[in-house]
Amino acid sequence: MNLSAETEEKVMFDDIASMLRTFEEKRENLMPILQEIQEKYRYLAPPALEMVAKRLGLSSCDVYGVATFYNQFRFNPPGKHQIKVCLGTACHVRGGDIILENFERKLEIQAGQTTPDREFSIDRVACVGCCALAPVAIVDDTVYGHMAPSKVEGVILGFEIEKERKEREKQDSESQE
Amino acid sequence: MNHKSKEKLLEAFASIKTEAEKRFEKIKGDSNQNIFIGMATCGLASGAIEVKRAFEEALAEQKINAHMISVGCFGHCYAEPLVIIDKPGFPPILYHNVTPGKANLLVKAFLRDDDPVFEHVLGAMEENELIPTVMEFPRFSQEKRVVMAKCGLIDPEDIYQYIAQGGYSALAKALAVDPEQVIFEVLESGLRGRGGAGFLTGKKWQFVQDAEEKGKVVICNADEGDPGAYMDRAILESNPHQVIEGVAICAYAVGAKRAIVYVRAEYPLAVKIVQKAIEQARELRLLGKGILGTDFDLDIRVFQGSGAFVCGEETALIQSIQGQRGMPQPRPPYPAQTGLWGKPTVINNVKTLASVPPIVEKGGKWLKEIGTKKSPGTAIFSVVGDTVHAGLVEIPMGVTLRSLVFDICGGVPNQKKFKAVQIGGPSGGCLPEQFLDTPIDFDSLTEAGAMMGSGGMVVMDENTCMIDVARYFLDFTQHESCGKCTFCRIGTKHLLDTLERITKGEGRDGDIELLEGLSIDIKEGSLCGLGKTAPNPVLTTIEYFRDEYEAHIQEKRCPAMMCRALTAYYIDLDKCARGCDACVGSCPTESIFTTRDRKKAIDQTLCVKCGECMTACPSEYDAVRKVSPPELAPKIERPEEG
Ligand SMILES: Cc1cc2nc3c(=O)[nH]c(=O)nc-3n(C[C@H](O)[C@H](O)[C@H](O)COP(=O)(O)O)c2cc1C
Ligand code: FES
Repeated sequence: MNLSAETEEKVMFDDIASMLRTFEEKRENLMPILQEIQEKYRYLAPPALEMVAKRLGLSSCDVYGVATFYNQFRFNPPGKHQIKVCLGTACHVRGGDIILENFERKLEIQAGQTTPDREFSIDRVACVGCCALAPVAIVDDTVYGHMAPSKVEGVILGFEIEKERKEREKQDSESQE
Repeated sequence: MNHKSKEKLLEAFASIKTEAEKRFEKIKGDSNQNIFIGMATCGLASGAIEVKRAFEEALAEQKINAHMISVGCFGHCYAEPLVIIDKPGFPPILYHNVTPGKANLLVKAFLRDDDPVFEHVLGAMEENELIPTVMEFPRFSQEKRVVMAKCGLIDPEDIYQYIAQGGYSALAKALAVDPEQVIFEVLESGLRGRGGAGFLTGKKWQFVQDAEEKGKVVICNADEGDPGAYMDRAILESNPHQVIEGVAICAYAVGAKRAIVYVRAEYPLAVKIVQKAIEQARELRLLGKGILGTDFDLDIRVFQGSGAFVCGEETALIQSIQGQRGMPQPRPPYPAQTGLWGKPTVINNVKTLASVPPIVEKGGKWLKEIGTKKSPGTAIFSVVGDTVHAGLVEIPMGVTLRSLVFDICGGVPNQKKFKAVQIGGPSGGCLPEQFLDTPIDFDSLTEAGAMMGSGGMVVMDENTCMIDVARYFLDFTQHESCGKCTFCRIGTKHLLDTLERITKGEGRDGDIELLEGLSIDIKEGSLCGLGKTAPNPVLTTIEYFRDEYEAHIQEKRCPAMMCRALTAYYIDLDKCARGCDACVGSCPTESIFTTRDRKKAIDQTLCVKCGECMTACPSEYDAVRKVSPPELAPKIERPEEG
């Protein structure tokens, strides 16, 4: 298990290294590079930031300083299912914080964190562009409008049932072999 | 431009236009039946994908030949998913809140059997004798669409649809005249920047045109950081070409060969659609080298902003493109003198640039006929919150807040009382009822203490606590302060801490004065607009809702019953039905227990005040009550186990 995580990381860093070679050594490429890494691997691992700094001839604290300035970047891997709760103005006045709290309570993590099994992570976002449906939460790519605290449980339960079903299928197919 | 090359240019455009019209006819197909379905963010969130699939299945099943055209946001978000069906023999008809079931019904009843199913119709899009038109509703008739005219009516991913409906002809027209004349028209129109501050667009362009230096740049600001506004995104997702055309005209007028559309990365759909639109325009030589056969070149690309509110500020935006932290810089020098890479730069908002093609097309004087003398043209608001017809509204400047909120958007739902409207996002303010007759334009709103800002507008009913709203915005600006100016960085933190204390019932005498004094200091001691305007939500709420602050501080009471530390829920035992347990399952913390006489009560130590039990309680009992201060809730002991 640990080994596979390690090899996974190695593949990621090799891949980032070859991607970096396609960029010129120009400071203006910093943000596009960080965005591309995040887009592909969903977070910026500290060694990746070092690699970027080296490639662009910047100090790593400079790169770190820029990366931490912007809300878009995260530095720990997100969960398999990313829960984003909208706390934009419209969602706030319709009780978005109560929705957030319910997710936090149910998953026993805070916004910005990932569950220990890496299944779920919770983030707060500001206005996702469907204020008319406030309060809104986005799980993976599905937008849930008119959220209610009581719907939170259902959403998470849905994923858990799905996961169990998959595991059972896997066991079944393994036992058949 | 000499006569001959002018002719060549117009010919080049005419052939593109003919092609576009031909293709548009072909899209409509031989059947000539079209189903337009809104597939922008709000449509998708309301289930447009399922609706589209239902239409396709029903059409296949009934063997009916009709075209599905995916369009962008129509602005009527309250009624999504929206569908327009255009069938020969009928006017185009708009259907609202369409579900897969309704889609199936419409195919059978309307497309097959010619019955337009009146009960699901919102209105016809054209005058006719059969069906009342949407123009009978103020939400439609009192709007004036300039920027959003084509939003929701064309497929944003098909450049030909835009061209067939008159798109890019303004660019051709502009290229046929001198840059000076283009700037003259924009000046003449009196167009003011829609990014918030309302600076004269023509003047800004003139500065950059006058600059001697080479390498000028045009930047379209689509950072849209206000957490309650989404019109820039909707425009880019629904009609990106109008913005691109505006950028191209601007670049031609000021003499720039490079342009950047700065879109926030949180808007992946907008990024994708704009990129696609740029490619399509390049293929038709409406962008790139030698545009329409002239010697005007324009290279335009998308830069993804990484989500920092302050990066909407022009100097910070430039910093972030250059790969730096997005920190505002002192002005002067203005970007028009020294901007991106030190070159003269025009930065305009999405709406400003999208207003340009119609101005060039119809002349500067035409815009002046819309709106007010000092603020010509239209304003776009995302009206959300406690309002019936939430969505994007484009109105002529000068319409009063009252007609926007009550006539156009249908007022406050559930028979609640109107309390305030928050305009301009984190930089704006809350205006109470006595300001409802204020006309909406740059100067009147600023005078009232709010601000046009981003165009975010939140309608709030009597159940919204003004101190909580101020706290919300301060929480936002505090997070988003870049940290450069001490007053903005630390001052906003103190404002936030004080407001938090007040909402928790820990307010002290003198807090109001503290907030006011600090607000003024922050305004004076900050470099950029973020700090200068951050105290506005605090100052306006103190000015117009001082009694609410006093109730929190002195009586530890939240009159709107929103601050959770100052409220409590309880169950009225006289009303609670014995044996009913509708509320029990709704409670996320299992705080509801059964009393000795088999009624329900709330354990206040466990209650998180989410209000679910109140929703769950059957309306015939209506037993759940909310009170402030919390001591008003009767104390009921949980019976001993066993
Ligand atoms: C904190 C802050 C945030 C801003 N955010 C935006 C924004 O999201 N979009 C925008 O167009 N202008 C924003 N502006 C205004 C820009 O600095 C600039 O004035 C505007 O883009 C100019 O375009 P206009 O002349 O078309 O209005 C912001 C200003 C400040 C101070
Ligand atoms: S505020 Fe949540 S979608 Fe706009």
